[in-house]
Amino acid sequence: MWQEDFESAPARDDGVETSTISGIPLQPLYTKEDLPRREEELPGRFPYTRGIHPSGYRGRLWTMRQFSGFATAEETNRRYKYLLANGQTGLSVAFDMPTLMGQDSDAPTSRGEVGHCGVAIDSLADMETLFSGIPLGEITTSMTINSPAAILLCMYIAVAEKQGVPAAALGGTLQNDILKEFIAQKEFIFPPAPSMRLVVDSIEYCAKEVPKWNTISISGYHIREAGSTAVQELAFTLADGMAYVDACLERGMHIDDFAPRLSFFFDAHIDFFEEIAKFRAARRIWARYMRERYGAQQERSWKLRFHTQTAGVSLTAQQPELNIARTAIEAMAAVLGGTQSLHTNAMDEVLGLPTDKAARIALRTQQMLAYESGAANTIDPLGGSYFVEALTDEVEREAEAYFRRIDEIGGVIPAIEAGFFQKEIADAAFRYQQELEQKRRLMVGVNEFMVDEDVPIDILRIDPRLESQQAERLREVRRKRDQARCTNALNSLRKAAAGTDNLMPYILESVRAYATEGEIMQSLIDVFGIYTEKAVV
Amino acid sequence: MTTPYIGWASDEDLSDKSNQKDLIEKFRSGDIRALARMITLVERRDPSIRQLEESLRDAHKPARVTGFTGAPGTGKSTIVDAVVALLRKQDTPVAVLATDPNSPFTGGAILGDRIRMQRHALDPKVFIRSMGARGHLGGLSLASREAIRLLGSFGFAEVILETVGVGQSELEVAAVADTTVVVLTPNLGDSVQMIKAGILEIASIFVVNKADIEGHARAVTELRSMLHLAPKGGWKPPIVATVAVRGEGIDELWEAVLAHRRHLETTGLAEEQAARRLRNETAEVAAELARERTRRALEEDPGLSERLLRDGTPYRTAEEILRTRVDN
Amino acid sequence: MASTAVRPVRIIVAKVGLDGHDRGVKVVARALRDAGYEVIYTGLRQTPEMVVDAALQEDAQVIGLSIHSGAHMTLFPAVVAELKRRKATDIVVFGGGIIPDDDIATLKKQGVAEIFTPGTPLQDIVGWLRKRFPDGGG
Repeated sequence: MWQEDFESAPARDDGVETSTISGIPLQPLYTKEDLPRREEELPGRFPYTRGIHPSGYRGRLWTMRQFSGFATAEETNRRYKYLLANGQTGLSVAFDMPTLMGQDSDAPTSRGEVGHCGVAIDSLADMETLFSGIPLGEITTSMTINSPAAILLCMYIAVAEKQGVPAAALGGTLQNDILKEFIAQKEFIFPPAPSMRLVVDSIEYCAKEVPKWNTISISGYHIREAGSTAVQELAFTLADGMAYVDACLERGMHIDDFAPRLSFFFDAHIDFFEEIAKFRAARRIWARYMRERYGAQQERSWKLRFHTQTAGVSLTAQQPELNIARTAIEAMAAVLGGTQSLHTNAMDEVLGLPTDKAARIALRTQQMLAYESGAANTIDPLGGSYFVEALTDEVEREAEAYFRRIDEIGGVIPAIEAGFFQKEIADAAFRYQQELEQKRRLMVGVNEFMVDEDVPIDILRIDPRLESQQAERLREVRRKRDQARCTNALNSLRKAAAGTDNLMPYILESVRAYATEGEIMQSLIDVFGIYTEKAVV
Repeated sequence: MTTPYIGWASDEDLSDKSNQKDLIEKFRSGDIRALARMITLVERRDPSIRQLEESLRDAHKPARVTGFTGAPGTGKSTIVDAVVALLRKQDTPVAVLATDPNSPFTGGAILGDRIRMQRHALDPKVFIRSMGARGHLGGLSLASREAIRLLGSFGFAEVILETVGVGQSELEVAAVADTTVVVLTPNLGDSVQMIKAGILEIASIFVVNKADIEGHARAVTELRSMLHLAPKGGWKPPIVATVAVRGEGIDELWEAVLAHRRHLETTGLAEEQAARRLRNETAEVAAELARERTRRALEEDPGLSERLLRDGTPYRTAEEILRTRVDN
Repeated sequence: MASTAVRPVRIIVAKVGLDGHDRGVKVVARALRDAGYEVIYTGLRQTPEMVVDAALQEDAQVIGLSIHSGAHMTLFPAVVAELKRRKATDIVVFGGGIIPDDDIATLKKQGVAEIFTPGTPLQDIVGWLRKRFPDGGG
């Protein structure tokens, strides 16, 4: 058979690993023997391994959604208007670190961070500026924020109210995925239990009041960027998804009332086939669990929809032009994996703020995939490939093994508290780094094929005056607002947090009363406390 | 170039009396860095520590020592954090010595216990020190005892010792602490480990943490019946239920620690314990001194190899070294 | 107890700034441990005051800082200033992150001993420490 031929044929001897980048061992050849035996799978049909739409990209191309953020609300507002005037229909908001961490721009630990990685939002006043002159009923907005997600969503609803747009007409996505914060990105504030309550509160509230809103984007991206393997990314993300489902069911919600609004967000890394297998396995696993474990009746509840971003960690500061090729390979994997929307990184992102040219090339890469490569013409073109089908099954098997381990620990939150995920990820990251140092993995331009060059790193310079100006704006808001109404709203919020009411109406009232993000968070911290993670190195 | 604080940046020489004097003065003036430096010397078993300790004898103030031990994941650090908070509310200065194992292969270590105690960062009356168990093998108790004496003299009336894991180190903690608290969770897997390691015998107090999760009542019952099998003269270790993340049960825990202290004092056990420990410590220090002088004697003897080869056995030379180098 | 000729170099490894990207800092912490150093990992979101306080209590000779939020020009010099205030300028500070050359030059002038940018092999960091502390542990 082929094995004997292979053994007797010459073999390369360069010491480079032949397993996937995540360490899944691979055969040199896959044949009919390796094809899993199962009923034929078809796109648009359960378990959706080959895609959730029967017409694939022939029906509709993926959405090309590029994420960006600027320093001030005014500047970002101008940028949004420019994008909308040029035909873009969806906005994507990046917030600065103090906003992401739920603190005001004048907090002592905000120094040096205001407006650096996105826009600074302290109160409804900033949100009004951010969306000034933009009809919220006609666009969709994606907001990347987690611990304080409920507050920012309420600010958005409040701006819409002022525009006369009812909440029911609002469309968009809130990241709102606190579990992956504990696992990987570490932008947590409250302990896990009250954090989960806030997530469920927002899901429950939106199911009734903002039905077109995607209330959560369950994210593997940050898990992968923190150094996990592809299987860990997949398994931990889906486990998180199920933890949210469990929490909503516990609240008394019906599965088909919220499941269709759950969406996912994955990383597209450089190991091409492994990534495609990951996306295919994700859909199959999710559909199976939703139908079989949770008894969802509606097909919409079974379908896993996801956004993809190419891997920031795969980019290199050395010979940065190579990143264009890397991003193209990763984007191709996302497309062949059937993503619903895609962000392609700019080649110079690792060096700082993308130049206009680099940002344009990133978008053009997607357009080339859509219109030149032919990748969009055939649905799931790799379906039936001996290798891809076998790898899809292998990824699924390994994910299942992780589900069992998580169950043994007692579920996602106990596993977080025990440092399980954190340890697994740190181990994987360290293993990969060592493989690089030993040249068992090569990164072109980094540990092999280097050139002597001087690549200037250029980061976005934020005018230091911005911080004091934003603080001044904040003082003005505090000075002008109806202080009694604000204090009352925060007191009611605190009282509600100590009970079991859905907190969304209380947060909304605080927002309307121009309580600042930091004040609202502090009121909740008074009741919930602050979480410190166990050291897992 | 910057001026080093004390000449210890990379080539310190603490046999130099002026450096020692400087260090002692800073220590007496309440300089936290001098304390930290002296603990390093203790950890490293630097010979200079004996003179330093000797010259600080007049400043000696005893510290109360509570040891916390338990398997990883039991919430030990969170409990320690809550106890520190409680003591700080009473304005008691408190020091925490947290021990982690070093890699047996490289000697390196990652010490991460500070993370759980961040709310006390910047409180000048809380001192946290991570100790790698490097090279202590059997010497942890000696180093900790000296560190505790330094902390007491510096003004930390309460010292908390925290060790991770199940093994040798927590038995040594019991040899140092006045009161030993063993932390368990309702998942009794870890208590079975404890019994194997003989930990039930060393506990003054048991904490069953995470009292809010299922299986708690059963865990307490099982523990109680185990204790029944291993009775301890005069003191019956109480079992305290805590939910450390919410700070529940911490007052009761501290009450139990105080009760144990009263028990030690009223029964005279405290003095007995102190004397026994000093005796052990004296033996350890004497052995350490002898070892060191022996090593020096061997190094300084040019005719050693020849003589040893002639004798064929080490005994005569060993006796001689003890007589000439250690006796005087 | 045999007194060892090698003295362990103690290194505080801290994440300053508000971001939570700790992949790099953890990989570096492990590499330093494996090289024989005693690493005291203080976790995320450390203020300069907290970092220096920990370094003093732990009697560390080195502080390693990691940042990804873009606030390095505020926070790194703040650590150096705090060391000055606490009369501990003998403690060596190094850092890592996406940091432009101009900033690196400025930071070095302000007292940061070395900056490692993305893609630096771990062995380079270890090698730098060994050179800096030739008779130290590791």
